[in-house]
Amino acid sequence: MSPTINQDGKGERTLSSTMEQAGGPRPARTLPPGSGQGDASVLTRRIEEANAAGRIAFIPFITAGFPSPAKFSAALRELDEGGADIIEVGVPFSDPVADGPVVEEASRRALAAGTGLRGILEELAADAACRRAPVVLMGYYNPFLQYGLTRFAQDAAAAGVSGCIVPDLPVDEDGPLRAALAARAVALIPLVGVNTSPARMRAYARGAAGYVYLVSVLGVTGERAAFADELAGAFTRAAGVFSLPLAVGFGFSGPEQLKNLPFRPQAVVVGSALLRFLDAGGSAADFIRKFFAD
Amino acid sequence: MKKGYFGEFGGCFVPELLMPPLLELEEACADILPGEEFRAELDGLLRGYAGRETPLTLCPTLSRELGFNLYLKREDLLHTGAHKMNNTLGQALLAKRMGKSVLAAETGAGQHGVATAAAAARLGLSCVVFMGEEDTRRQAANVMRMRLLGAEVRPVAGGTRTLKDAINEALRFWIAEQRTTHYCFGTAAGPHPFPTLVRDLQSVIGEETKAQCRSAFGALPDVVAACVGGGSNAAGMFHPFVADRAAGAVRLAGIEAGGTGEPGCHTSAPLNLGSPGVLHGQYSMLLQDADGQILPSHSVSAGLDYPGVGPEHAWFRKSGRVEYHVVVDAGALRAFARLCRSEGIIPALESSHALAWVLENAAALPAGGNVVVNLSGRGDKDMDIIREHMPDLCLPARTAEKEDGLCHRQ
Ligand SMILES: Cc1ncc(COP(=O)(O)O)c(C=O)c1O
Repeated sequence: MSPTINQDGKGERTLSSTMEQAGGPRPARTLPPGSGQGDASVLTRRIEEANAAGRIAFIPFITAGFPSPAKFSAALRELDEGGADIIEVGVPFSDPVADGPVVEEASRRALAAGTGLRGILEELAADAACRRAPVVLMGYYNPFLQYGLTRFAQDAAAAGVSGCIVPDLPVDEDGPLRAALAARAVALIPLVGVNTSPARMRAYARGAAGYVYLVSVLGVTGERAAFADELAGAFTRAAGVFSLPLAVGFGFSGPEQLKNLPFRPQAVVVGSALLRFLDAGGSAADFIRKFFAD
Repeated sequence: MKKGYFGEFGGCFVPELLMPPLLELEEACADILPGEEFRAELDGLLRGYAGRETPLTLCPTLSRELGFNLYLKREDLLHTGAHKMNNTLGQALLAKRMGKSVLAAETGAGQHGVATAAAAARLGLSCVVFMGEEDTRRQAANVMRMRLLGAEVRPVAGGTRTLKDAINEALRFWIAEQRTTHYCFGTAAGPHPFPTLVRDLQSVIGEETKAQCRSAFGALPDVVAACVGGGSNAAGMFHPFVADRAAGAVRLAGIEAGGTGEPGCHTSAPLNLGSPGVLHGQYSMLLQDADGQILPSHSVSAGLDYPGVGPEHAWFRKSGRVEYHVVVDAGALRAFARLCRSEGIIPALESSHALAWVLENAAALPAGGNVVVNLSGRGDKDMDIIREHMPDLCLPARTAEKEDGLCHRQ
């Protein structure tokens, strides 16, 4: 893939100019849930479809079970209905080293409310048939490991999960999970940073599917006012290595920040800002409407 | 064996953003540590500044009572009061050679924080120490020592507000500040290369012990015991014995903290009571629930109060080379008191666990033999805890006499 950023040829478009298409009709999933196989390629397709419509794909992140189990279920539905292209669901962990205070607190409260991987998979499985947005699970390695990697891949695929992001599993250690997920056509989405060398990016590219998550700051999750200059360089490097869409995340709260970027990512992940909005009593439907309208 | 692994344990389970500084550190370990010049400078600091070598002390009273020769390796006499300084001086020197200007550290009891702060002050580096909010209250005197030594102490309010959360926060800080900062990890655990680096820097304990045993009684000891928190003092003591084929008959015992020992109470004994999993960058033994969430730990000694343990100990246990046992709070407190009165040494509550195992199992240890306990630190930091748990021990002699009319002092 060339390092061209605006694959749709309409690079000057902003998010807001095209938001009316966000909730429009979209193709149904190709594999019916329950087939026992996931569909990693749907992730790539959904981002490409958004880009073809002149949009940066929107990927909200919400921690399962937060602010409460019931509110999480409602948020998941509203994000799907509101036009999220992909939804990242956080699997809470007691010791989230890559997360800032908002996600850490959300995880702590979700765990206190009894949220666990088994329950998350059951809930996702129950709604899989009526959800349009593919789901990606984001969580630390130990809960997956204790669940059993083979069984996890099987249950995740059956629950309609299309991909996984495991922030504490670098390419050097990801062999067992990658193999388990590959057997079920579930993507293991690479997480790379502004300090990742081209050589390490190439190592990630060898087994990558779905999309690539580019961490926009040298830091943890949480909203930021500005991004380092090095982000643009890292984006160009990543675009030169990966033949998959690039999503930027960590630090984004609204479309304003995207307009100010010196490059145009294929997708953006918004987490902490959404969690704070939900915790303050806001609805996911309002958040996504506001995000698209701005 | 895969790089950074001890059998199936170890590895490097960290966010990709931490891989560059860990790879940089691994390279520095290979390039700088073995260098003649580095060795000489570290040796000079350990001798001239920190007070090595530390003595191997025979305990005459206890030896008579126990029926074998009990020796203590006196890491309590090292500068700042524990074995931690062996590690922090080595890492501080390494950080300096790597061009870093800041040392970050986590601390539980505060001993590693104080040792890092001292090494940073000595070598002209800045120092940021992360400490659970709960621990800053429990160990207020050590917070003050760190501040006196010029370190910034950042209380950690997340999670259980203890050591494991301080490690999380230090790792987060390192992600953001990796260009200027070296993370001076405090124990032989965590992501590769820390378990190897810290063990190698602490191995001076075991090397000296072997030589001192040879000159004291012309042989290797029969039994060596050390307490295990994250595992650094034990790894430093055991490794030179494990690596030496001639020491194959030396019995090595690592002692974990069992907490109150009441049913349902949390412990700090992942080797004996935990299961394998991933925490803080390593695959090792852990205290966790069925969902893989990390359980809170407990011990009367803050330095052992950690739900994980270094991967090499998980391997030593599995391979059978080292035996691991559990001692509960009450046993450690009894051993603490006995050493104070019998030998005139106030041990750290951490080290008291290792001593307690020897005292409790004396009948099964070789009569007339030689037993070494690694006295990893001194108990000055534990005065508040002792006052709380053993108020009688702290009464002035005259008050004690008044209460039952007897004199308790010898
Ligand atoms: C005196 C002393 N001994 C032992 C430990 C436990 O650490 P490790 O198992 O790494 O030796 C500590 C930790 O703070 C300590 O202060």
